[in-house]
Amino acid sequence: MIRRWGLVLIAALLLALSGAARAQQLVADLTSHLVAITTGFTGTSVVLFGAIEGGGDIVVVVRGPERETVVRRKSRVAGIWLNTRSVAFANVPNFYAVLANKPVDEIVPANLRQLHEIGMDNLKLNPAEKAKPGDITEFRAALIQEQQRGGLYDKQPGTVNFLGDKLFRASLDFPATVPTGTYLIQVFLVRKGDIVAAQTTPLIISQTGLEADINDFAQNRALLYGLVAVAMAAVAGWGATFLFRNA
Amino acid sequence: MDVYLPIAAVTQDVFVLLALGLCVGFISGIFGVGGGFLLTPLLIFIGVPQAVAVASSANQLVGASLSGMLTHWKRGNVDFKMGGVLSAGGFVGSAAGVALFTLLRRLGQIDLVISLSYVLLLGTLGTLMMIESVGAIVRARQPGARRRRLHQHTWFHGLPFKVRFRRSKLYISALLPLGLGFGIGVLSAILGIGGGFLIVPAMIYVLGMPTSVVPGTSLLQTVFIAASVTVLQAMTNQTVDALLALIMLLGGVVGVQYGARYGAKLRGEYLRVLLALLILAVGAKLLVDLTVPPDSRYSIVVRE
Repeated sequence: MIRRWGLVLIAALLLALSGAARAQQLVADLTSHLVAITTGFTGTSVVLFGAIEGGGDIVVVVRGPERETVVRRKSRVAGIWLNTRSVAFANVPNFYAVLANKPVDEIVPANLRQLHEIGMDNLKLNPAEKAKPGDITEFRAALIQEQQRGGLYDKQPGTVNFLGDKLFRASLDFPATVPTGTYLIQVFLVRKGDIVAAQTTPLIISQTGLEADINDFAQNRALLYGLVAVAMAAVAGWGATFLFRNA
Repeated sequence: MDVYLPIAAVTQDVFVLLALGLCVGFISGIFGVGGGFLLTPLLIFIGVPQAVAVASSANQLVGASLSGMLTHWKRGNVDFKMGGVLSAGGFVGSAAGVALFTLLRRLGQIDLVISLSYVLLLGTLGTLMMIESVGAIVRARQPGARRRRLHQHTWFHGLPFKVRFRRSKLYISALLPLGLGFGIGVLSAILGIGGGFLIVPAMIYVLGMPTSVVPGTSLLQTVFIAASVTVLQAMTNQTVDALLALIMLLGGVVGVQYGARYGAKLRGEYLRVLLALLILAVGAKLLVDLTVPPDSRYSIVVRE
C-alpha cells in the first residue's frame, strides 16, 4: 500500500518537474497589467514580450471579459424597421483577438485550434436560451460580424515578431470602446503541430477618474445616486430662480 | 470642449449640450411649455441612447419645473392640495411606467416604443395646435365670435370620493386628478416628459380649474413626477445621466428667462403656429429615421 502511494508520489513529482521544465521553454509578460481608461481615452496598446527555448511558433489569444450577449435582427414591418428576432448567447467574450508569427492554420492543427478556441470560427458560443439550430448559426455569424464592426473582434490575426530565434514581442491593440474587466492573454508555444507550453497572463482594463466614480456610484448605490441626481437638479432649478429674481 | 457622459457612454461637446439646453429653454420660455418633448428627441438626434435620453430628460425636468413652480408660488398661483393628489396618482403611474420601460428594454423594443410614441404624440399635438391656432387667427379677423364655455358638467362629475379643492374653487371626485396624474406618470417614465401640454388642457377642460392656478399646479406635479421617475429609473435601469441633465439644465434655465421675455412681445396665435410647425418637424424626423434601412440588420446588446 505504502509502496503504491510512493509510486504515485514519484509520478506526480516527475509530472510537476516536467511541467516546470516545459514552462521554462516559454516565458512571457506584459509591459503593463493595468490599463486605466480616463477622459479622452482613444485606445491603447500593451506590449507582450517573452522568450522561448528550443524553437517553435507563438500563438497569442486575447479574450475579454465574458458576458451574456443578445443578438437582435431587424425586419421591415409596415415600412418601419424593428427588432423581430433575437438569440441570446451565454459567456460571450467582449473582446477577442488572435496574434501569431505565421498564419495560424499553418502552425496549429484544426483539432487543437478547436480545443483551445483559437480563431473566430472556434469560439464556443452557446445560446443562453432555447433557440432553433438554424437561427444559432445565423446569429452566431451576425454576433461575430457586429463585434468586428465595433472593432472588438479582430478582422485579421495580428502579428508576433521574433527578434532572433528566442525573443518575441507583440503589440496588443485596444480601441477606445474597449469594455472594462479582466482580460486573459493566453500564449501558446507550438512545435511541430503540438502545443508544448502555454502561459496565461491577466490584464485588467478599468475606468478611472470622475466618470468612473459616477458610473460606479450609479451602478452600486442606485437609490442614493437617483436621490443625489434629483437633489442636484432641484438646487440648480432653485438657484436659477434666485439668480433671475431681480432680473 | 469634449465631455464624456458616464452613463450615456458617449462623448459630446459640452457647448453643443449647453446650446441645446439653451434653445429648448428659450422655446419653453416663449411658449410656456416644459420642453421635455423637444429635449428627448433632440438628445436622441445627437446620439444619446434613447433610454438614457428619456431618463436624463426626466432628471433635467426636476430642476426646470421647480424653477418655474417657485415663480408661480410667489404669486400664490399654486393649488397644493390639487398638486398633491395629482402627484400621488403620478407616483403610482411613474412606477407602472418604469416597470413597463424595463420590460420593453428586456424585450429589445424600448427604442421603437419611444420613437413611435413620440411620432404619435408630436404628430397629434402638432396637428391639433395647427388647427387650433389657424382657427384662432381666422376668428380674430371675424369680430363677434362666440366664446366657449369654461366649465361643463359631464358624467365624471358623478364619480365618488368627492373632495373640496378650495384654491381651485372645485368640489370634484379625487379619482379624476388621481387618474390624470397616473396617466402623466406613465408617459413621463416612458417619454421623459413633464406632460404639461397634456395636463394643462386637461386641468382646464376636464377638471375645470381656474386658468390662473393651472400653470403653477401643473409644474408642481411635474416636479414630483419627474423626481419619482428619475429615482425609479436610476434604481431599475441605471439610465439617468446626472451630468448630462445638469449641463442641459444650466443652458435651460438661462434660455427660459430670455424666452419668456421674448415671448411676451409676440402674438399668441402666430407663436403657436410656429411651435406647431416645430413639433411636426421633430415628429417627421423621428418617423423618417424609423423607415430608413439600418446600416446593419443586426445589433448586439451586452447584458450586465
